[in-house]
Amino acid sequence: MSELDFRNVTVRFGHHTAVDDVSLTVPAGQVVGLVGESGSGKSTLAATAVGLVKPTEGEVRADGKVQMVFQDPYSSLDPRMSIGNSIAEAMPRGTNKKAEVARLLELVNLDPGRASSLPARLSGGQRQRVALARALAGDPRVVIADEITSALDVSVQGAVLNLVRDLQRQLGLSMLFISHNLAVVRYVSDRVAVMKTGRIVEEGPAAQVLADPRHEYTRELLAAAPRRHTRLEVS
Amino acid sequence: MRPTTGRLAVLRSPVGASSAVLLVVLVALAVFAPILWGDRAAAIDTDSLQQGPSADHLLGTDQLGRDIFYRVLVATRLTIGLALLATVIGVVTGLVLGSIPSVLPRWAARIVTSAVNIAVAFPGLLLALFFAVIFGTGTIGAVLAIAFAITPSFARLTQTLTASVSGRDFIAAARVCGVGRFRLLTRHVLPNIAEPLVINATLAAGSALTAFAGLSFLGIGVQAPSYDWGRLLGEGLNRIYITPAPALGPAVAVVLAGLAFNLFGEAAASVHRNQQRGKATAPHEPVEDRSEGGLLTVRNLHVTFPGGIRPVRGVSFTVHNGEMIGVVGESGSGKSLTALAVSRLIEHPGRVTADRLEFNGKPVQKTQDRELGTQLAMVFQDPTTSFNPTRRIGGQLAEVSEVHQGLRRRAALGKAVDRLEAVRIPEPERRAKQYPHEFSGGMRQRAMIAMGLMGEPQLVIADEPTTALDVTVQREVLKLLARIRKDRDAAVLLISHDITVVAQTCDRVLVMYAGRIVEELPTDELFTAARHPYTTALLKAVPDLDTDRDAPLAVIPGRPPEPGEIRQGCPFAPRCPLADDQCRTQEPELETFGENHRVACWKSESELAGVR
Repeated sequence: MSELDFRNVTVRFGHHTAVDDVSLTVPAGQVVGLVGESGSGKSTLAATAVGLVKPTEGEVRADGKVQMVFQDPYSSLDPRMSIGNSIAEAMPRGTNKKAEVARLLELVNLDPGRASSLPARLSGGQRQRVALARALAGDPRVVIADEITSALDVSVQGAVLNLVRDLQRQLGLSMLFISHNLAVVRYVSDRVAVMKTGRIVEEGPAAQVLADPRHEYTRELLAAAPRRHTRLEVS
Repeated sequence: MRPTTGRLAVLRSPVGASSAVLLVVLVALAVFAPILWGDRAAAIDTDSLQQGPSADHLLGTDQLGRDIFYRVLVATRLTIGLALLATVIGVVTGLVLGSIPSVLPRWAARIVTSAVNIAVAFPGLLLALFFAVIFGTGTIGAVLAIAFAITPSFARLTQTLTASVSGRDFIAAARVCGVGRFRLLTRHVLPNIAEPLVINATLAAGSALTAFAGLSFLGIGVQAPSYDWGRLLGEGLNRIYITPAPALGPAVAVVLAGLAFNLFGEAAASVHRNQQRGKATAPHEPVEDRSEGGLLTVRNLHVTFPGGIRPVRGVSFTVHNGEMIGVVGESGSGKSLTALAVSRLIEHPGRVTADRLEFNGKPVQKTQDRELGTQLAMVFQDPTTSFNPTRRIGGQLAEVSEVHQGLRRRAALGKAVDRLEAVRIPEPERRAKQYPHEFSGGMRQRAMIAMGLMGEPQLVIADEPTTALDVTVQREVLKLLARIRKDRDAAVLLISHDITVVAQTCDRVLVMYAGRIVEELPTDELFTAARHPYTTALLKAVPDLDTDRDAPLAVIPGRPPEPGEIRQGCPFAPRCPLADDQCRTQEPELETFGENHRVACWKSESELAGVR
């Protein structure tokens, strides 16, 4: 059974086709990594899954709720609202909000006593944990993570990635993990989809796509990704 | 934002404080004057009609012998009250009209927006007169007239502010969470635009007050037997050539009250604009330095900002001719400020001090602009903002040679085309005639590098040149920098948060943390012989394409300190697994350790080996 299913999704903005006939499945309990360069349409595709953008053609099916974590934790939390309230706002009516906020903050390794803090009192990494907690507050089956580590300091990024992996496994979430960073996608994903100019050019198990890429563009991306032990050759 | 600059910060400026005092006096008068002096202001004295100022009647009396001074004081309540009432009605209507488009269906929103846009085109006072005619003369008519004259500009302001907030991610995040439109408006949008709205409302109150006085003066505002300042002014004006005091009294009152509101609003606005200011700090102690320099010699460089913030604290390094040096650090580590200080780009109120800061053997501060402009090239992170969007690329490049090398326009343009070709931009002649927006991000960054090549740079400083670019483009730009260094024997200082990028391209790496260099070592030893716990932790924490997927990533607890948070001891100590009391109290100096290797750490090699 699949949790999130894009079927022949096309999104056009005027004459510009941002997403071009994309079909992609996020299987239950798995992480699908979506890589591609800026302007390839990955964020637009994600926006169709949560209703921020309507597909021009095709449809998105989801079994259960879909939630999203955004790229920039400095702009994705309301600066005038306490983090506890931000998290509580996403909860369904009738939940014991206070207890639930405390539980979620604990889940993302934050002190529940900080529920009344404003986002300004938190670091980028902590804010991104709050954003994760807010996404989980809606009790989703599917979580979309759109470049969630690219605005974070590198020494903080690892902790957020570990948390995402732990939570995904612990809660059995299905996840669409979007990033331009191949190394990060490789680390968290079970499957990898490669997007270019609005189309998915390659999709498959992560190990296979990254070890034995079929599409030329995937090979190009892999070759361009910085590696520690290879010097950049000047021709 | 510093916590001390709160809402009361407005009272700290002289203008803010005096206007606040005036406002308090006005409010007190409005409340108490009618109670205390209401009778005296209404007392008719047929023995002293239309008198001039005297000891009994400070501003004289009117045609019924009533004391004008007390009438001015008592009129405060009605004047201020009506002005505030008009402002409140105007602001609330404006707020509703300005914010309602975000909850209405699209077609209805469009109608409201265009109606507001049309109304904004008319001057406020004209609208007020127009409405005054419609609503008829009298107090209520005047209040509504002035209120609706304020409305359009307020509606427009609300619309603009709402639009700027609506584009931010937290609104999208709330929508994804299923928050309704109305709640989105009241809980997320309005609180975030409240501050400028309140400031503008204060300013609007000032103009409402004067406008109201104007209407009453013209006889279409407050009607007898009620009286406000405008009416008193109108009555006093008839005999201004005989006794000016009866007209001047209310006039002064109007001016003072109008000023109080406007100045308070202005003071609040300026506090809102610059909430970050503080005191300058004492410079550091200079240290004697006799070490050998290079192309770029930096010794004990400090960058300080007001408020005791010192983001760069004693950085020393040397760049030799033709070398490629990488500077690695996270946000707040001081790496970019170091680069800006070297190229003399730190702006006021920042201050740069150094024992030595020399380029090509000469102090940077004394180097001529022309020399610096041609021998040192700077490449910034965002190529979009580095070019003037209204001018052609070729012209912008040519300008460098025209200004610094005295070339003629045509020769300079020719050189620009040549340099665009050198950075491998296809069809350089056609491209030179294009505008920045016609270039892709990677292309723009190459053009930026080409601009640096217009001189004969001996040093290229590239500050996160590839962070905004895609990986495939990133590789091209890095290759280009490496090629420039090879072909022209120029030195390159590459600043990056990405240790992998630096490892791939540079000869030496400087690792910065909390405003200092904590380790300097040759790149080929980075993965084998790095010693500082921060460097080793960073290498383990960043995944690359060879990271073990089954093990959790190494984590550095906590976060890097902000420049204002640096206390005594080693700044990495709170996050370091090896930290002891010495680390927490004394900051280690950068000490030489083996050839080409410097480390700032108290720990011995055997202790460090445990965490590597």
